[in-house]
Amino acid sequence: MSIYLNKDSKVIVQGITGGEGTKHTRLMLKAGTNIVGGVNARKAGTTVAHQDKDGVDVELPVFGSVSEAMAETGADVSVAFVPPKFAKAAAEEAIEAGIGLLVVITEGIPVQDAAEFYNLSLARTDADGKPVTRIIGPNCPGIITPGEALAGITPASITDAGPIGLVSKSGTLTYQMMYELRDIGFSTSIGIGGDPVIGTTHIDALEAFENDPETKAIVMIGEIGGDAEERAAEYIKDHVSKPVVGYVAGFTAPEGKTMGHAGAIVSGSSGTADAKKEALEAAGVKVGKTPSATADLLREVIG
Amino acid sequence: MDLYEYQARDLFEAHGVPVLPGIVAHTPEEAKAAAEEIGGGIVVVKAQVKVGGRGKAGGVKLAKSPDEAYEHAQAILGMDIKGHTVHRLLIAAGAEIAEEYYFSILLDRANRDYLAMCSKEGGVEIEQLAVESPEKLARVNFDPNDGIDAAKAAEIAEQAGFDADEVPALAEVFQQLWTTFQKEDATLVEVNPLVKTAEGTIIALDGKVSTDDNADFRQPGHAELVDEQAEDPLEAKAKANDLNYVKLDGQVGIIGNGAGLVMSTLDVVAYAGEDHGGVKPANFLDIGGGASAEVMANGLDVILGDDQVESVFVNVFGGITSCDQVAAGIVKALEILGDAATKPLVVRLDGNNVEEGRRILAEADHPLVTTADTMDAGADKAAELANK
Repeated sequence: MSIYLNKDSKVIVQGITGGEGTKHTRLMLKAGTNIVGGVNARKAGTTVAHQDKDGVDVELPVFGSVSEAMAETGADVSVAFVPPKFAKAAAEEAIEAGIGLLVVITEGIPVQDAAEFYNLSLARTDADGKPVTRIIGPNCPGIITPGEALAGITPASITDAGPIGLVSKSGTLTYQMMYELRDIGFSTSIGIGGDPVIGTTHIDALEAFENDPETKAIVMIGEIGGDAEERAAEYIKDHVSKPVVGYVAGFTAPEGKTMGHAGAIVSGSSGTADAKKEALEAAGVKVGKTPSATADLLREVIG
Repeated sequence: MDLYEYQARDLFEAHGVPVLPGIVAHTPEEAKAAAEEIGGGIVVVKAQVKVGGRGKAGGVKLAKSPDEAYEHAQAILGMDIKGHTVHRLLIAAGAEIAEEYYFSILLDRANRDYLAMCSKEGGVEIEQLAVESPEKLARVNFDPNDGIDAAKAAEIAEQAGFDADEVPALAEVFQQLWTTFQKEDATLVEVNPLVKTAEGTIIALDGKVSTDDNADFRQPGHAELVDEQAEDPLEAKAKANDLNYVKLDGQVGIIGNGAGLVMSTLDVVAYAGEDHGGVKPANFLDIGGGASAEVMANGLDVILGDDQVESVFVNVFGGITSCDQVAAGIVKALEILGDAATKPLVVRLDGNNVEEGRRILAEADHPLVTTADTMDAGADKAAELANK
């Protein structure tokens, strides 16, 4: 089991013919992902040559639109490697087509664009009133269910399947934490992105991990800026029975300086790492001072 | 990017928001000339700093004549307001204020939409009002795809408690401010105070605008708004090289890949510094996923340009990029820098193809380079070297 993504997921790549799209299509295939095609309106009708995880040659069809790709292949996941300028159009196309999961890797998307396509996704609901499209990102490493599938850029070689669920705002910090705990392994590791407006939140992932029988413990990684960690802490208090350990990056970040991620900025008294750590600890989450200390805490709770 | 008041004023004007005449001045002479140009009557001399509370600090003064504007300008220019030196002034026409209101539009991160806030009690610290009298501050969330149309603008004014006959004039200004927010790719547009004059006109008297750097590609005008004078020279140099660098006050230079890992590295170095004379991280520098030799050389060059730096900690997790490429990048970077590289480097590599990366560094055997097996050990070593 896993959350959001598994070996049965049928994945398409928006921007499959571009540089990043080509490279990561290769790596996603190698990780076992069932990639069924890609989208590029200007190259519709062509194919791209790759190899699957067993080294067998595959020709992936390139479609003119997401809806065409879905109709032809039954795709339910799209990973977007599209430059910032065109990312909003690509995301809106996927949402309008009704894709189930949209992973937006692109870094540097204007926040108004992200706000617009996120709210569009809320407006496209199914019979139960739930949004049809779950968005992960933007500006994120995506999601990996080790041994089954990768929709994003997380290195699949770090670790294998196991009982830990991980949710994080940061890419390389996610890799670092997976590496620290590589001997235990992960059910699913999801990087939600460091932008001010993101689709899937810590809370969404915590809820999914709580409901996933294979996940025995959860690592939650946050960083300065916003109050997502504080809200996640509130949620954990009331809704999460599985052990959660936390880590927050940016204790030494000064006020008013953006630390790389557009969302990582301490403004006034809010968004500090200390405030987040306190909120998490008040919710019973053990918070490590460093990635290695956090990994030790996880080892303790998982026994 | 946070804009100065005069820049916000100009953007407001460009989008039809009613503002008073105003001219930027850099010297007392310019201030006097500006006051004369505005009409020779009452003007307000306002320090242009990107920090609140300038009125209390004496950075805003009323001048009854051009000569008085000269005198106030002389006093305010060069003043230090919460660590910000005043280099320029806005000379603004005076207005007969009948009432002061508050209005803002901002990105609501928690709700992932936009939030309009409005109060009949403006001109005060809005954070204070929000805490002490939250009922006086109307908060209206709205869908970014809908924006603020006439109906939404009226709703906001009504929620703030304005009388029906006051709503139309306010609603028009709210829509113009929404246009400013949208067209300028802003994350914040705030008017405090939004005033009603004795004649009953609505005017944006003071404004704050923050724009989204990610939208620079479609906002060519925003490049001109960057205040190069206020930028740290090392940060400016890093920016010219497309490096994500923030100068801090410490002795251990930091290079890493990925914003989260670099932030984490700063913390780990600061903790390690507690055992080594209290040394601290000197900077934030994220070289991104690629970590090519050139990027590494540019990064090291910027960091070594900081006189405070005594050691450098390179902390890279090889994800997509393999560690052998990173190691080769470091060796090449040291070659490029030659004698310019003078401070010890502690390098910690982990992840993809780490053995080969470590082998390359061992083979190069550069006298300045020490390797570390873990992030914690590397931080400790770098802090120790910075404390010598």
